[in-house]
Amino acid sequence: MRSVLPVLTVLLVIVGVWWASVAPMNIRVALDMAERGGAEVIPEGALPRREVSVWRLMADNPSHIAAGYTLDRPRLPTPTQVAGELWNTTGAMVERGRAFSRRSLIYHGWITLRSTLWGFLLGTTLGIVGAIAIVYSRVAQMSLLPWAIISQTVPIVALAPMIIVLSNQVGIEGRGVPKAIISAYLCYFPVLVGMVAGLRAPSLSQLDLLKTYSATGLQSFLKLRLPSSVPFLFTSLKVGIAAALVGTIVGELPTGAISGLGARILIGDQFGTPLAIWSALFAAAILAGVLVTLLDVVQRVTLSRMGMRP
Amino acid sequence: MSWLIGALIFWALAWGANIWLANGRFRASLSVRIFVPVLFGITILVLWEGVVRAFEVSPVILPAPTQVAETFAASTDLLWQDFEQTVLKGALRGYVIGALAAFLTAVAIDRSAFLTRGLLPIGNFVAALPIVGIAPILVSWFGFDWQSKAAVVVVMVFFPILVNAVQGLRETDAQARDLMRTYAAGYTQSLIKLRLPAALPFVFNGLKIAATLALIGAIVAEYFGSPTRGMGFRISTGVGSLSIDLVWAEIAVAAMAGSALYGAIALIEKRVTFWHPSQRT
Repeated sequence: MRSVLPVLTVLLVIVGVWWASVAPMNIRVALDMAERGGAEVIPEGALPRREVSVWRLMADNPSHIAAGYTLDRPRLPTPTQVAGELWNTTGAMVERGRAFSRRSLIYHGWITLRSTLWGFLLGTTLGIVGAIAIVYSRVAQMSLLPWAIISQTVPIVALAPMIIVLSNQVGIEGRGVPKAIISAYLCYFPVLVGMVAGLRAPSLSQLDLLKTYSATGLQSFLKLRLPSSVPFLFTSLKVGIAAALVGTIVGELPTGAISGLGARILIGDQFGTPLAIWSALFAAAILAGVLVTLLDVVQRVTLSRMGMRP
Repeated sequence: MSWLIGALIFWALAWGANIWLANGRFRASLSVRIFVPVLFGITILVLWEGVVRAFEVSPVILPAPTQVAETFAASTDLLWQDFEQTVLKGALRGYVIGALAAFLTAVAIDRSAFLTRGLLPIGNFVAALPIVGIAPILVSWFGFDWQSKAAVVVVMVFFPILVNAVQGLRETDAQARDLMRTYAAGYTQSLIKLRLPAALPFVFNGLKIAATLALIGAIVAEYFGSPTRGMGFRISTGVGSLSIDLVWAEIAVAAMAGSALYGAIALIEKRVTFWHPSQRT
């Protein structure tokens, strides 16, 4: 609670800086529009204006600065413009009963969320299985772990177009599966590392104690190693779900997908509608925040039920 | 079929050798610790080659490793040109600028507990966002050449390094700080002699996370427009024209560049933070 005021202050400063930079970022476009509308602009013509700095332009044409805040295709939209566009493509669509139309960000967010969750599930499973193999088998540890680390230095986006072509050739229709593979690739590693640390968290004396109870390997796994890895698992899951969302969006970027938040960004870029890009970006950010917060709540509930404090 | 059988036999032999080595007498020696993963990697390549040859997989779907190696050797000029554009110009410059900016910001906000409390949660949140999405915006602001790629990289690496550096700077305990005060050390002195060294392990952690992000940012930004060179450009056009072997060669370059960058940072970390408990073996 102590940090509410500082966080709000920092947020306020960020929004303020954003608001203030809209004027210099948009002044050129605003002047071009004003000149085309027949207004007096110093200096005349877009070409000569390119030689002049934006600060000079703002000082010479103070009456046109305000126009930069209401452009249709701004270089930098204002926070209210982004918020308005977000509302128009979500809440307003719901009010008109078209929540799942193709123009609605709810529809695109759902497409992205679905692939993210599948990828998250796949990546988490892979990570947990890999961690168990690494903890229990020395061969697996020696041969897998170095490659798991190296795999993280491969920029996955380099593989994204490849994976989509590959799965097309193999006969997988649609883009859900390749996107899920990419997000699984990005999120298995944090889970693997966290689970290896978690499964090794019990101390030797605890493991020895179970041995004196003549517990089998499976029993000591289920009753000691697994419960003590839960806090580590949740920390990794929060990193993993954010990574999975990044993976899905990257999977939608370079591949000509037509639905999903990444595709909205791509289409916004191709049709030159910056507001669409910005609203899709913010929708993705909100989605990431909601997912991480949800996992955080589940973590608190689970850990307090297990008698651990998060 | 003989290719597949040969590959499977090799797999069995290599796996057996690895089991023998991993449980053998020399399992802790450095050469075994290097040899085992290398043999594992070679096994995967041999299996891949065997499967591609045995089932006569079309090179449009999956080229054999030998074919990728041939393409790699035949187009080193092209690969170097792309490497220079994407890694040396875009990723590395953005990485250095972003890391410096984040580090200076961290030192600046460290003086105020208020700012630290306010910035850490926001920084953590922003670090988890899909920042690569801003690539089209930055490409439209900074133009098609490497400047826009470096800008994307700066934004992507800034927050992970910032969050880690801020956390690192708060790492010293009250006792050590009080000791510095009894020595009559000023803010700058205690920063340089006590808190900066203590922050280094955290800073390096951030630098390592950011190393991969830098390559991802530089490559993705090229999907939104680039001069007719660069790894992202080559990959997207290579997939379009079905020259998949060239794409795999680019991926190999990307993997090597990523590993080299990560390895270089890890090496520096070992030299600089040798005193930290995490470096004990």
